[in-house]
Amino acid sequence: MTAATHLVHRTATTDPAPAPATAPATAPAPAILELADLHVSYGAISALRGIDMVVREGEVVALLGANGAGKTTTLRTVSGLHRPTAGEVRFCGERIDGVSSHAVVGLGIGHSPEGRRVFADMTVLENLHMGAYRFKRLRQEDLERVFTLFPRLAERRTQQAGTLSGGEQQMLAMGRALMGRPELLLLDEPSMGLAPLIVAQIFEIIKEINAQGTTVLLVEQNAAQALKIADRGYVLETGRITMHAPARELLDDPRIRTAYLGETTP
Amino acid sequence: MSTLNDTSAVTAVQVAHLPVSTASTASTASTASTASTVSFRPARPSAEALAALRGHRWYERPRWRRLCALTAVGVLLAVMTGEQGSGADLLFSLRTTFTGTALWAWIAAAVALWAIAEFGAVPRRAVASGARAAAAPLARIRPALDSSPRLRVALVVAGLAAAVLLPLLFDRSTNQVLVDWVGIYVLLALGLNVVIGWAGLLDLGFVAFFAIGSYSTAFWSGQLPVKPPFELNPFLSIPVAMVTCLLAGILLGAPTLRLRGDYLAIVTLGFHEIIYLIAKNAESVTGGSLGVFGIPHFSVDLGPLQYRWGLDPLDYLWLLIGLITVLVLLFRKLVRSKIGRTWEAIREDEVAAAAHGVDTVKYKLMAFAIGASTSGVAGAVYASKVGFINPENFPLLYSVLVLAYVIFGGMGSIPGVLLGAALLAYLPHGLKDVVDQKDRFMYLGALLVVMMIYRPQGLLPARRRRRTVRTREAS
Repeated sequence: MTAATHLVHRTATTDPAPAPATAPATAPAPAILELADLHVSYGAISALRGIDMVVREGEVVALLGANGAGKTTTLRTVSGLHRPTAGEVRFCGERIDGVSSHAVVGLGIGHSPEGRRVFADMTVLENLHMGAYRFKRLRQEDLERVFTLFPRLAERRTQQAGTLSGGEQQMLAMGRALMGRPELLLLDEPSMGLAPLIVAQIFEIIKEINAQGTTVLLVEQNAAQALKIADRGYVLETGRITMHAPARELLDDPRIRTAYLGETTP
Repeated sequence: MSTLNDTSAVTAVQVAHLPVSTASTASTASTASTASTVSFRPARPSAEALAALRGHRWYERPRWRRLCALTAVGVLLAVMTGEQGSGADLLFSLRTTFTGTALWAWIAAAVALWAIAEFGAVPRRAVASGARAAAAPLARIRPALDSSPRLRVALVVAGLAAAVLLPLLFDRSTNQVLVDWVGIYVLLALGLNVVIGWAGLLDLGFVAFFAIGSYSTAFWSGQLPVKPPFELNPFLSIPVAMVTCLLAGILLGAPTLRLRGDYLAIVTLGFHEIIYLIAKNAESVTGGSLGVFGIPHFSVDLGPLQYRWGLDPLDYLWLLIGLITVLVLLFRKLVRSKIGRTWEAIREDEVAAAAHGVDTVKYKLMAFAIGASTSGVAGAVYASKVGFINPENFPLLYSVLVLAYVIFGGMGSIPGVLLGAALLAYLPHGLKDVVDQKDRFMYLGALLVVMMIYRPQGLLPARRRRRTVRTREAS
């Protein structure tokens, strides 16, 4: 769990797939999730107006954008909670748009929803059981994995989830999503409403989860933190992708620095 | 008020005159002039509003408010217990109430109660400590039961034995009530508890399934205007009614369970009205408002095992107790399984449950169908016991009453629902000799109101719900 081990893991996983977005045509890692010309609307209001996006195996991809840009809608469409009006969602090459959410989860997409949404009246352990819902019974090693990632949850396993602090609830929401042993983990604003120290901790854990072999699609307002751990980033503005680049380039991009990192125009 | 303004003005002036602050005030003044063309002033509470907080008028003090409230309760009780009204003289009831002495007695009692509560520290403390002493053993019961499974089993066995044996001592009319009202409605409440207590679906038309079960029994016994292809042994009509109601539940649920909360409630309300009106108006199918006569009693005819249920309510009571016991055992197993936990997840957060792979519609449908088929069993037993059904046995009011029984007992708790339904279903009949015939349901209503104010979680709340209510109150 130290920073050093992360780094070793990170290089081990990213080296064989050399910086994907700098040379997308030759990138060897196969795409795990593809969105092609995806449109989603809520009645007359269109939330997504044609999104193209690729997430490759082993990556951390950050999806950035202001409030109302369509980040959460994108994740919810991937996990089957919304039906797209047009376009395609492909998971491991197969179309999954229009497939109901419980079937999508069965394929190995874990979704930690916006605002955590833990089952407040259930205990931590019962919440984790719900996370392992796609399996007949919960595997002990999954539970142990979650408890090593989040030792706080192990301490509070019999506590009611609604009485946990915000950070602990976020950890529970992530742990719950991991209990389904997902191939692809969708994280919706894991830093929302948390103290900077906890945010740093959460992002460390996301790195660790990725190092253990889970592909992560991360939706964030906290662009600086997200881009620090991401391989690539997409910027979403009012339902369209306006930028797409390796995370480091985005971090240095003056437009990003002014719009999302709070720097004043020079 | 004027003094307040004066002091603030003075401090403002003093600040302005401090040498250090001159620069800052100058800068703020400049920014204010450049940036704000619209001035924003926070709305201060007015002096009157602040003065009102002190509540200096005597009748605004909590103590005197409590007196007014208690007096009002006294008047209300006087009206409630007073003379019955009559159609010929509409104001008769009110006139007798307000001219009689009973009103003053009630008001005096209310004022005395208030005086003791407000001024009598000694009697109040005595009452409080007495109540605490009386409640102490009661408070110990629940933890003792929670910790000792053997004690729980003993209590259940004792309760079951009492339910089976005690009716032997009662007279026939009491036993009729125990079957027609208590037994049947306990069964209905058990079914509705699955739907509302566990899956969290608000079903306001539950008695529609009860009607379907009854009419299905009538159909298969050949008493409806529409004849069945072959007549069934009346006892077999129980599983048939179950399956019929299961299908009806799925038919109603499949298109509507995508709806949430209030919308589903309205749909079930409409469903009840549809079933009721079909029973009432489709005369060539259901017999219309005259109803159906001559539904035969149950009988078992399996080689050596032969039994005929007759006019004696005891037979039916024991049958109902048997059915309820079996269902309780089944439901207990169900709610502790993965299905029970899934229902709870759906109840708490449907979206989060769906995001973890729960097929929410399937599980809601399952709860709906289980509830409906339980209702069907009750309908079959009812039709066979009474032998005569008509649409007026299934009004919307009864759907609401079953819901009230479930909430009164404690949603999601099997012992609570059993106790709540049994008590409330019996109450109007228990009051028959005590109060005026027409007033019985008014007391039921009053009890529900008081209960919802002081114990909203129900008589014996489910363990989890009990905990939730406590934490919500604490936070």
